[in-house]
Amino acid sequence: MDKRVKKAMELYWTENFGNPNALYKEGLIARNAVETAREDIAKILGARAKEIIFTNGGTESDNLAIFGVVHAMTGGVRKLTSLRTDEEGNPTEAKFPNSSLSSVSRPHIITTKFEHHAVLNSCKRLEKEGFEVTYLDVGKEGVVNPKDVAKALKPETILVSIMYANNEIGTVQPIREIAKAVRDFKKKNGAVFPYFHTDACQAPGYLDINVERLGVDLMTINGSKIYGPKGIGLLYAKNGIKLEPLLYGGEQERKLRPGTENVPAIAGLAEALKIADQDREKESTRLVKLRDYFIGRLLGEIPKTVLNGHPIQRLPNNINVSILDAEGESIVLYLDEAGVACSTGSACTSESLEPSHVILAIGKPHAYAHGAMRFSLGRSTTKKDIDYVMEVLPDIIKKLRMFSPVNIKI
Amino acid sequence: MRPRGFLLGEPKEGEFDSYGEVGSLACGDIIKVWIKVDKETDKIKDFKWQTWGCATAIASASAFAEMIMKNDGMKVEEAMNIKPKDIADYLGGLPARKFHCSILADKAFKKAVENYRNKK
Repeated sequence: MDKRVKKAMELYWTENFGNPNALYKEGLIARNAVETAREDIAKILGARAKEIIFTNGGTESDNLAIFGVVHAMTGGVRKLTSLRTDEEGNPTEAKFPNSSLSSVSRPHIITTKFEHHAVLNSCKRLEKEGFEVTYLDVGKEGVVNPKDVAKALKPETILVSIMYANNEIGTVQPIREIAKAVRDFKKKNGAVFPYFHTDACQAPGYLDINVERLGVDLMTINGSKIYGPKGIGLLYAKNGIKLEPLLYGGEQERKLRPGTENVPAIAGLAEALKIADQDREKESTRLVKLRDYFIGRLLGEIPKTVLNGHPIQRLPNNINVSILDAEGESIVLYLDEAGVACSTGSACTSESLEPSHVILAIGKPHAYAHGAMRFSLGRSTTKKDIDYVMEVLPDIIKKLRMFSPVNIKI
Repeated sequence: MRPRGFLLGEPKEGEFDSYGEVGSLACGDIIKVWIKVDKETDKIKDFKWQTWGCATAIASASAFAEMIMKNDGMKVEEAMNIKPKDIADYLGGLPARKFHCSILADKAFKKAVENYRNKK
């Protein structure tokens, strides 16, 4: 976490620890902190303050966007109606008498094969509930084609959820073009749906996150990816979009997210976003150079190493390579011993034994997925650090290949 | 982090009596083991392995090699009695979700012995 963020949070731990929902002085100070943060964030996103809903992180924001839209639309009627049967006892088609899409029999969602699990598993859950989900291919380079989105849209589509930048291979998706495809479809059909949601957790440090320019209806952002605190995130939901809350309780966050606000974390998130916004251009330019230098050395100096994802249309801080004949986890542990922290696949799944669904989604075989390594560059990363990795990594790979029975042909 | 008892490159003609392999690229672990057995005493004269897999798979193969080759090699019968849990204990315990990796070394060895017995 950035020290400036920690400083912004410090005020609200012991000094001003009031409940922002209270009427006494301490409460007003806390309320002021929350609402100032909301306004500052809204300004950075090009949104209105009331369009920002604080949550406990990216996963919750993704869930709120998906289940929030779906449940607001279906109003819970679906389950009841699907229990009805015709004269012969067969379940009749579910209808939505309370929604604007009452003629729709089976609501449809579009997403991609390489979304974060917060989106992917939410969609899988909805499939179980009877929704139809299209998981778009992302091509060999890991970039969604907006034409594929346009082709997948149909009158039953209520939500399109496509990430801004992939968390494993860092490929940046053409969000504006996708938003335009969704808009064109709505215009042509005179429809309110589908809404377009993007998980932008990886984006704020490097990419344009202005919701107007992007043309998104819902956007997820979290604190921990931008040198902010963990356990805080937000969902931008465009004015007028109906959402059903995930949790029930008090009336905080416009009744969409009950529970006493996490005041220090909210102040920290605002500060982290401000810093990300200020440093975006300079830091991106610096890291693109470092990234390309690192990729060049990896591919040039370690034989049988392939880059995963588009070489340029990717986050300035992301490097993801498959080092064949050596296995990812062993590389990670040897590098850790040498003082280099990196990961196989995504950090969230390093405990799981499944190979990365992202590497499989770009059409690479299992053997590539098991050897996939992700290096993330940060604010403190310098060329010296990369030179150090290139000092130790080739020997680690040599060692692992020495006793590897595998010899994959490229 | 210093694996022991692995085989460098391909085995030479006649270097070993038998060979066993388990796993696949798809599941993320492959282990191969080679054994050389003394026909008179039925003791394992040499045991070597190669692994493409996680750290646990590598550590288990290395530990298994040490356990077998201690005191000039174990008898085949005795080595057949080594259970995955013995390997895990030798390593000072393994996390539950990684326990299956220790089974691989043991399984590959049993295959090698099976091949050896069938050859005889």
